[in-house]
Amino acid sequence: MQKARPTPLEYTRKRWFQLVMILNFIFLYFPIISLMAFSFNNSRRNITWRGFTFKYYVKAFYNESLFDAFLNSLIVASISTIVATTLGAMLGLALYRFRFPAKNAFDGWIHLPIIIPEICMGVAMLAFFSRLDIPLGLFTITVSHIAFSLPFVAVVVRARMAGFDHSLEEAARDLGANQWQTFKDVTLPYMVPGIVAGALLALTLSLDDFVITFFTSGPGSTTLPIKIFSMVRFSVTPEVNAASTVLIVITLTLTVVTMMIQSRSAKGKGLPL
Amino acid sequence: MNERQPIIRIQNVTKVFNRTVKAVNDVTLDVLEGEFFALLGPSGCGKTTLLRMIAGMENPTSGRIYVDGNNMEGVKPNHRPVNMVFQSYAVFPHMTVAKNVAYGLKVTGVAKEEIARRVPEALALVKLDSFEHRLPHQLSGGQQQRVALARALVKKPKVLLLDEPLSALDAKLREAMQIELVNLQKTVGITFIIVTHSQSEALSVADRIAVMKDGGVQQIAGPHELYEAPNCHFVADFIGKINQLQAQVVGVEGRRLVADIDGVGQAVIPFDKTATGHVSLAIRPEKLRLTLEEPHNDCIKIKSRVVNVVYFGGTSQVFLENENGIQLTADIRNKESATATSIIIGNEMWVSWKAAETLVLTH
Repeated sequence: MQKARPTPLEYTRKRWFQLVMILNFIFLYFPIISLMAFSFNNSRRNITWRGFTFKYYVKAFYNESLFDAFLNSLIVASISTIVATTLGAMLGLALYRFRFPAKNAFDGWIHLPIIIPEICMGVAMLAFFSRLDIPLGLFTITVSHIAFSLPFVAVVVRARMAGFDHSLEEAARDLGANQWQTFKDVTLPYMVPGIVAGALLALTLSLDDFVITFFTSGPGSTTLPIKIFSMVRFSVTPEVNAASTVLIVITLTLTVVTMMIQSRSAKGKGLPL
Repeated sequence: MNERQPIIRIQNVTKVFNRTVKAVNDVTLDVLEGEFFALLGPSGCGKTTLLRMIAGMENPTSGRIYVDGNNMEGVKPNHRPVNMVFQSYAVFPHMTVAKNVAYGLKVTGVAKEEIARRVPEALALVKLDSFEHRLPHQLSGGQQQRVALARALVKKPKVLLLDEPLSALDAKLREAMQIELVNLQKTVGITFIIVTHSQSEALSVADRIAVMKDGGVQQIAGPHELYEAPNCHFVADFIGKINQLQAQVVGVEGRRLVADIDGVGQAVIPFDKTATGHVSLAIRPEKLRLTLEEPHNDCIKIKSRVVNVVYFGGTSQVFLENENGIQLTADIRNKESATATSIIIGNEMWVSWKAAETLVLTH
């Protein structure tokens, strides 16, 4: 009897295939996991394992400049997320709803911040702010974070609206709702999963952005990624590992929540408002 | 004059899309109060556009629409005394069944106690009493449809508009819903206007039917009249099946028309209008009789050969062709026809029908 070719799913049961997968995962995740593990290392030089400790988390917490950077990150991320989500959701809805001259050009245009290299955007932002004599600081960081995370929100919201049945709005109007009631009671609840997913994406992007922030931050306005970078330049202490771990955990949690919301809305359940 | 007043008057309504596409072309019709009215036609004939103009989702390019005597020009959909059941049902996915039904009352400021009273009433009307707290994705298509019906009926509209309400249901459920719709309409007494492309659906539910084609109304009549006395080729062909024979008018003698049927010969048909030149003679398949011997009574008869027989259980469809290539289709009831056993492919038989049952279509 001729040996049957394995179907695509059967490959995952092959030894050599599993080995390749494991090597891939190690390649991708070992650096991150070792970084997290060494944040618990009871050694100042952080080369060999000397036992488990939370010491460096406490130390990082009491490191005033590190904590300030963390607070800055939170401030920038929350303001930019709120503004970018509001504007992005409106943009996504407008792109779904309206036809206007040069819509396609505009559509491509708003994707620009997603595709151009971050370094270009950072340099452009810096040039822009210095031209207008705006002092670099938390304000400029926040503005640039809004600029690059807004398209992500718009794209997510628009994708959500693609599945919207327009006759739902007509039904609401037919039943006596005015335009505002129709938006509030029918359109907005449908948008919510897209808005939440977009907001979490914007929050994640803002929290761990380095390049653009690097160009638009001024003295006394360092964010956590910038601060970690400057600490690493002197020495990689477990304190840096601890701060990085905190950043990773926050980002990871947000990403998982986003994915859960998206898979939920993909099933058409939506979220009760 | 009819004692029933028109609840909807459509006067010379035309709708042009994108400046060139005439979706509805100069339609004038009245819908009477308490009537079950159908707009019937093939897809793209403008029936849905006409319905949407009544609901206010589209504005007529020209012409007027009156609902209950009031000109609807410039009146927004939320201020019109009509409600609509959408083809996609459009049940709000994030609201429970009860909230869906209550929505139309809530947004227009109806008191809470009254909403609490009217919602269960409406749900009972469509037999969804125990589904109040379900979400739409937990309902079947037929049940969602009922929610859409209850949601519209709870508003007590002057007219209920139904846009292809049954097209998404399977055949069995569709037939059951047709009967239910008729009963529901009798119970609530509200005027229903249904849009459908299915002639059988229109015939079975509606009191009167407007047959539409290319944006215009071809004929408005009751189901019986539409079937028995269509006024043009299109209606005759669209409502049920029909055989059409081409003929030349030889002359009109008193109340009789003498015609020369192409490939058959002369025939005399009772007729009380005038006609000249080319006409077509139409005859329903179930009115044709098949016999082995030549019938002697006064009727139109053609000797034909059986080309094909399709068995449907209670009836059979027989395809016939005469020596000149004239084709006819006959529907034969298997139980009644004594000659049913002799209908064999290849057999020569006589096809005959009463001259009075011939329809003369002049355009």
